[in-house]
Amino acid sequence: MEHNQKIRISDSTLRDGNHAVGHQLSAENIASYCKAADAAGVSIVEVGHGNGLGASSLQLGEARTPDHIALATARKNLSKSKLGIHVIPGFATIERDLKPALALGVDVVRVASHCSEADICERHISFSRSQGVEVWGCLMMSHMISPMLLLEQARKMESYGAEGVVFMDSSGHFIPADVQQRVETLVNGLSIAVGFHAHNNLGMAIANTVAAAEAGATLLDGCARGFGAGAGNAQLEVLVAVLERLGYSTGIDLYKILDAADLAEQTLMKEIPTIKSVSVVSGMAGVFSGFMKPVSRIAKEFDIDPRDVFFELGRRKIVAGQEDIILEVAKELAQRAKKGNQ
Amino acid sequence: MNRGTVLQSKRKLKVAIIGSGNIGTDLLIKVLRSPYLECGAFIGRNLSSSGMMKALALGVPVSAEGVDYIVKNPDCCDLVFDATSARSHLEHAPLLKKLNKRVIDLTPAKIGLMSVPSVNLADCLNEFNVNMVTCGGQASIPVAYAIGKTQKDVDYIEVVSSIASRSAGPATRQNLDEYIKTTEDGLKEFSGATRTKAILNLNPAEPCVDMQTTIFAKVANPDIPKLAEMLSGLVEKIRKYVPGYEIILGPMVENGRIVVMARVRGLGDYLPAYAGNLDIINCAAIAMAEEYASAAPNTKLKGH
Repeated sequence: MEHNQKIRISDSTLRDGNHAVGHQLSAENIASYCKAADAAGVSIVEVGHGNGLGASSLQLGEARTPDHIALATARKNLSKSKLGIHVIPGFATIERDLKPALALGVDVVRVASHCSEADICERHISFSRSQGVEVWGCLMMSHMISPMLLLEQARKMESYGAEGVVFMDSSGHFIPADVQQRVETLVNGLSIAVGFHAHNNLGMAIANTVAAAEAGATLLDGCARGFGAGAGNAQLEVLVAVLERLGYSTGIDLYKILDAADLAEQTLMKEIPTIKSVSVVSGMAGVFSGFMKPVSRIAKEFDIDPRDVFFELGRRKIVAGQEDIILEVAKELAQRAKKGNQ
Repeated sequence: MNRGTVLQSKRKLKVAIIGSGNIGTDLLIKVLRSPYLECGAFIGRNLSSSGMMKALALGVPVSAEGVDYIVKNPDCCDLVFDATSARSHLEHAPLLKKLNKRVIDLTPAKIGLMSVPSVNLADCLNEFNVNMVTCGGQASIPVAYAIGKTQKDVDYIEVVSSIASRSAGPATRQNLDEYIKTTEDGLKEFSGATRTKAILNLNPAEPCVDMQTTIFAKVANPDIPKLAEMLSGLVEKIRKYVPGYEIILGPMVENGRIVVMARVRGLGDYLPAYAGNLDIINCAAIAMAEEYASAAPNTKLKGH
């Protein structure tokens, strides 16, 4: 099989992976992995707190490495790969966060919102474009709206100046047919590039990412060993190998990306991401993968079943960034359980 | 609040509202209900917007001329509520100052003193331009103030608000950065915390979610009973002007942080009750205006 289609890989190991270690990646971690990814020929290396720029907080977890140190460290250790950041309006502001980040030499800004709220990205997207960097829009939790509504939101991002739109399966809820349908809708309805970001809650991350490529997506996200929130992301080195078998050109050296993945396993993670039972439930319930750690902790504190918490959060359609609601749901479930026992 | 004076004089304070979006229109309904206020002009930019239609239906004088209408018809009001955007308020403020109009600013422009009626109503009486901070600020600052008063070494306060997507109009969505900055400044000023952070989430779930605000704090040695006691008094004060305000969780210590969670159900005036964010900032603005209405008319005002 030969494809003319070129695929760019955006490596989220040092951003999404931060979710898996409570945002504790060190400057040393960042430096060594950046070197390895750069040597392998990864197009974009994304760096930062799991929820992106300016997101270090009690709500989401405080980052061990402040944004400016993480970005300066990455900048020093990347030569061919572009340096990318994830930016969510409502967390990161232009003055406090984005301007200093751009001054440190960020190349790619990915401005993200919940899938139905693209208009909160207008100022961050147009500002970034005006600064001459590459700008993508990201629509998170994209399983929560239909393909046509997703297109409507993506078109807004295009109108603000985004050069491409990534839709994110933040809960790992999709199966390949869902992804294929959305990529086709976006590719047909937009004049800019389309990208996809997978999570592995239902074991579909690689299959979904391949489905995205087959349907015309040209930017694919992955993480070394799948290192990311919850059950993790599409396993980068596996994705590169599968794309090679399918005849896509990624410009990535297979041996070197395998080396980078080995390094990531040895230096970045406490445990290799697996699909834990609660992650399956998170994927079924359509709840943000990054909720796994706080839900597990709080369920233990309130002596309730974390799976019940996930299904209740899903029922309430809680979005990424609303981690505080876990406490309220836990309190309610604990009270309900107490009443049931009386 | 000394309402007796107003009742005796039987003269209502004449107000104008600039901005015919969600906030302005909800405010209009509250003004019309107030025994101390009357609406002299409801001003927007588009006569066919749903806010304007609502005002017309209510028989209120409307204009699509923006702030120019007040410049041309200075007698239409003594006080102006500005419910436009931060950027627009920066243009409006000097014009209104020149006309000698008191201003209650509902944008996050933050030119004037920040007003949170349950905490500093009296301090605002002599001000020319007061700023109502933000919806998240109105919901969280009383709690942050109580934390500042009852806890030692308040290192950090963080406030996370979730609002229903339907309650966030275009200006709110364009003003997220100003919302964050103004809320953070307000938290710092009222609590004395060394560092503050504000976060805003929009939730599109249907049926719409009620406005909720969570306050996290890092302090040296949390004293929960003392905080709970002070909070219960403050909540009583808030509920006098925002009946739908309620603490639904805490104060408690979880994972090393103080946590308090408040829910605000609105009065359902223009938008349904889920839009507590509209309600809390508008109820605060009305409480402020009613206080002005009952204060002596020749109070000396401080300029800004």
